[in-house]
Amino acid sequence: MTRDEIRTGVLRALSDVAPEADPATLRFDSDLREQVDIDSMDSLNFAIGIHEQLQVDIPEADWARLYTLDEVIDYVAEKAA
Amino acid sequence: MAEFVMPALGADMNAGTLLQWLKQPGDVVSRGEIVAVVHTDKADVEVEVFTTGVIEELLVQPGTEVPVGTVLAMIRENGAPAGPAAPPQAAEEPAPPAAAAPTAADAARPHVIISPSARHLAEELGLDPASITGSGPGGRIQRKDVEVAAAARTPRVREPELRAEPAPKPEPVAEPKIAGPPAAAPTPAPTPPTSRPVVPSAADERSAAMRRAIAASMSRSKREIPHFYLGQTIDMSNAIAWLAQENQRRPVTERLLHGVLLVKAVALALREVPELNAVWDGDELVRRDDINVGVAISLRGGGLVAPCIHTTDQLSLDELMHSFRDLVSRARSWSLRSSEMSDPTITVTSLGERGVESVFGVIFPPQVAIVGFGNMVERPWISEGQVLACPVVSASLSADHRVTDGHRASAFLAAVDRLLQEPDEL
Repeated sequence: MTRDEIRTGVLRALSDVAPEADPATLRFDSDLREQVDIDSMDSLNFAIGIHEQLQVDIPEADWARLYTLDEVIDYVAEKAA
Repeated sequence: MAEFVMPALGADMNAGTLLQWLKQPGDVVSRGEIVAVVHTDKADVEVEVFTTGVIEELLVQPGTEVPVGTVLAMIRENGAPAGPAAPPQAAEEPAPPAAAAPTAADAARPHVIISPSARHLAEELGLDPASITGSGPGGRIQRKDVEVAAAARTPRVREPELRAEPAPKPEPVAEPKIAGPPAAAPTPAPTPPTSRPVVPSAADERSAAMRRAIAASMSRSKREIPHFYLGQTIDMSNAIAWLAQENQRRPVTERLLHGVLLVKAVALALREVPELNAVWDGDELVRRDDINVGVAISLRGGGLVAPCIHTTDQLSLDELMHSFRDLVSRARSWSLRSSEMSDPTITVTSLGERGVESVFGVIFPPQVAIVGFGNMVERPWISEGQVLACPVVSASLSADHRVTDGHRASAFLAAVDRLLQEPDEL
């Protein structure tokens, strides 16, 4: 899986929970929760979406430590390698 | 013959607009089946039927606003003979406007079955539902069908902007110039400013209607209900440790949120303090045997709804989590059902997501209590003489003083606290 494919999958999962989030204006290196209005249910659905899109299950303990989209993409890339 | 009436989907709902029939005369319907979609100020709601039988007659046309209690359709119950329906009783409210007789134009329009979520999306995208092919049961148009139709739509050529200046004219063919005083240039007519009047979008109008509905309900609550408030800080160490262990062994699709533990604890505590599980019916207080916890769900773009999870106390944590996810998803896609809006017996609200430490809610009429939870934070906590760093949550209860008092209300919060200390028993 290429990094671009991971990026696309992550953004698709995000768009399902926060359709208003515009990838063109999102800062991938900043805290996602400060940019997009997501609550704990959205966050869980985002993790489920990543699992469905990219077949990577992020354990809850790790998920809590991922703040930015770059961190999520890096994590998935490492797990998928 | 049973009457199917415009339901009250909130204490302040006086009327609703029938948007769509999902069944036709002659169709068999079962108790709990969705037969119509109704528009209220807060949401479009799928309305279930509480009778099993056959639709005998539809009495109200889509697009008609009628008072709560108006008979919308007659249903021949199983075993009842077919025949002319008895005249339906009029609603207590002022007489509803007569249902408009279908016009030739109506008859020519294809019958479109579309989910509320799909309708809203189509509305926002400017698509005519009649032009969309539905892939759901019976050709029902679903959200994904609208997305497909939108993707397939030929991009519109952008309309030219209104211009303040006329478009340049082609240069006239040069004519011999005659020397002399310059002709006065024609004074251009004053042009209107380029700004267009702001037309509120469907989403704006929906948001404004929702704010009006919330304002009406909350104003009535603060006007009529003598609120009192209690708060308690709850040690969540056991609950969080149990939840972390539990989630560690679960795939992501089956994880639990700590909010589910809170909702279940509230539901079980109501068994111990049942007077808080009640609703007002006019001046009469009705204690409810079924515990249906309403959960306040914020909507993207503003506003909130508080539909319930039926028989909350009887659900396992897995069932509760499943119901909770489903409810949030449908609330945010405008696909709630009538019983979810009309049956809550208490409400739970949590505003901890953004760091708020405590919330003291306003009771949703006709309920008599609302429970609030704030953010979970780590605080110094003294236990058996030791100072520990513990995750704690602030729980509050806003209750109706006509129904209960501080003593019983504090017993309720104490029960919530106690129940959360044994999460594996929830």
